[in-house]
Amino acid sequence: MSEKTNSEDNPGITRDTIKEEKDGDKLRELLETLYQQYGYDFREYSEAHLQRRIRNVMILSGMQDMSEIQSKVLNDAGFVSKLLHNLSITVTEMFRDPGFYKSLRENVIPVLKTYPFIKIWHAGCSTGEEAYSMSILMQEEGLYDRTTIYATDFNQQVVNRAKEGIFSNALIKEYTANYQLFGGRASFSDYYTADQNNAIMNQSLKKNIVWANHNLVTDSVFAEVNLIVCRNVLIYFNKGLQNKVHDLFYNSLVSGGFLCLGSKESLQFTELHSKYSEADRKNRIYKKKY
Amino acid sequence: MQYEAIVIGVSSGGMNAMNILFSRLPKEFSIPIVLLQHIGPHSDNLWIKILNNKTNVVIKEADEKEKIEKGRVYVSPPNYHLLIEKNKTFSLSIDARVNYARPSIDVLFESAAEAYKSKLIGIILTGSNSDGTNGMKRIKECGGLTIAQDPETAESGYMPASAIAAVKVDHILSLQGISDLLIKIAKENNAPL
Ligand SMILES: C[S@@+](CC[C@H](N)C(=O)[O-])C[C@H]1O[C@@H](n2cnc3c(N)ncnc32)[C@H](O)[C@@H]1O
Repeated sequence: MSEKTNSEDNPGITRDTIKEEKDGDKLRELLETLYQQYGYDFREYSEAHLQRRIRNVMILSGMQDMSEIQSKVLNDAGFVSKLLHNLSITVTEMFRDPGFYKSLRENVIPVLKTYPFIKIWHAGCSTGEEAYSMSILMQEEGLYDRTTIYATDFNQQVVNRAKEGIFSNALIKEYTANYQLFGGRASFSDYYTADQNNAIMNQSLKKNIVWANHNLVTDSVFAEVNLIVCRNVLIYFNKGLQNKVHDLFYNSLVSGGFLCLGSKESLQFTELHSKYSEADRKNRIYKKKY
Repeated sequence: MQYEAIVIGVSSGGMNAMNILFSRLPKEFSIPIVLLQHIGPHSDNLWIKILNNKTNVVIKEADEKEKIEKGRVYVSPPNYHLLIEKNKTFSLSIDARVNYARPSIDVLFESAAEAYKSKLIGIILTGSNSDGTNGMKRIKECGGLTIAQDPETAESGYMPASAIAAVKVDHILSLQGISDLLIKIAKENNAPL
């Protein structure tokens, strides 16, 4: 039976709904292939986000519909890596939301100071800007030498770039403005050496950062930490997956440890909400209860 | 036609336009509205409070994963793209700027068109860039209703003119004309079948 007759037979089902279901099926099929064949699990990511990114890839590669992309994924590993790159959003900044870093200094640092050793986990660190910002903060507080920063992401390309710690001067200009808004205690240019195009972050900032590949969906707890920073990563996950990752965070935090989310993310409607108190509601800093 | 949601894109000149549009909507206006105003990354969205005081409808910032409910007006948060999922909840993204904008009207409209198909109304108001044009195209392709503010009546006519040039929009109206049409549509929506 053709699509057309079908929808005419069932006035309740418009052609729109049929097409929509087909699109949804094709998306799920594609995500299943990516998982089964390549081990990348996007099955519980936000659909609207995936649709948008996949459509972009289709336009760039001159493809008409989802079946084309499906067969390309099955047969072309080079295309897959291009697709994966497009599915992950790696936009980040140093001292993004300066108010958040200010709050870290005021509300979290005094507690961290009481520990002999401090372990911090940046989950979804992208190209490393957040981890370098944390290094700077810890140096300015005189805590760096007893701190280990685990900076992880599931995208090896960005982890490699993070390790290098080289940022274009155009970006550095923006980061300098953020650093000043945060109220940094030095001159931002003290933290890098620049040539005509790029700035290279100081070796002393990298010393205690451990860069690693870690997938929040498929990998498990690897350390017990005092502070977790996971900002603008969970917004790409659906509710169920968010809850799973929150379990992982809860199990990785010491009692009294802190969890920091992005400025528009919240624990409010998650299963673990009652297990944390709010250290700073506006800046989304939560404290694991004892 | 039963419409389930309205998306509105507005840029420069938006405050006045929204004041006029929203002060005319009655309290019982039931079709949910998702409003995207171009704003700076560090805005605190204080204007929502100001607008709330002048209107009958309830206006709030959209929260991530929040379910879209009848009778509400949602506003995009600053510095994030706002998307609508098929299950009629909001998603946020810090994806790169689109048309120099984050939030971008195109991103919202395109996802809304996929989520609501023909049950969506898309409206482009005053603005001086072409964000929203691709979104209006998508809404039209998916069978939704498209409305542009008459560029002659807009504080900045470029944005609606850009949409009109690219899409055969269903209505070109003044702000008053748009609110009258929305009220009429909402009444028909409420009428028993
Ligand atoms: C938008 S960036 C956020 C960067 C930074 N945290 C910030 O807020 O500026 C999101 C990062 O999450 C990473 N990511 C997405 N899914 C992941 C997963 N399942 N496991 C680990 N990292 C993931 C992406 O590769 C990307 O680098």
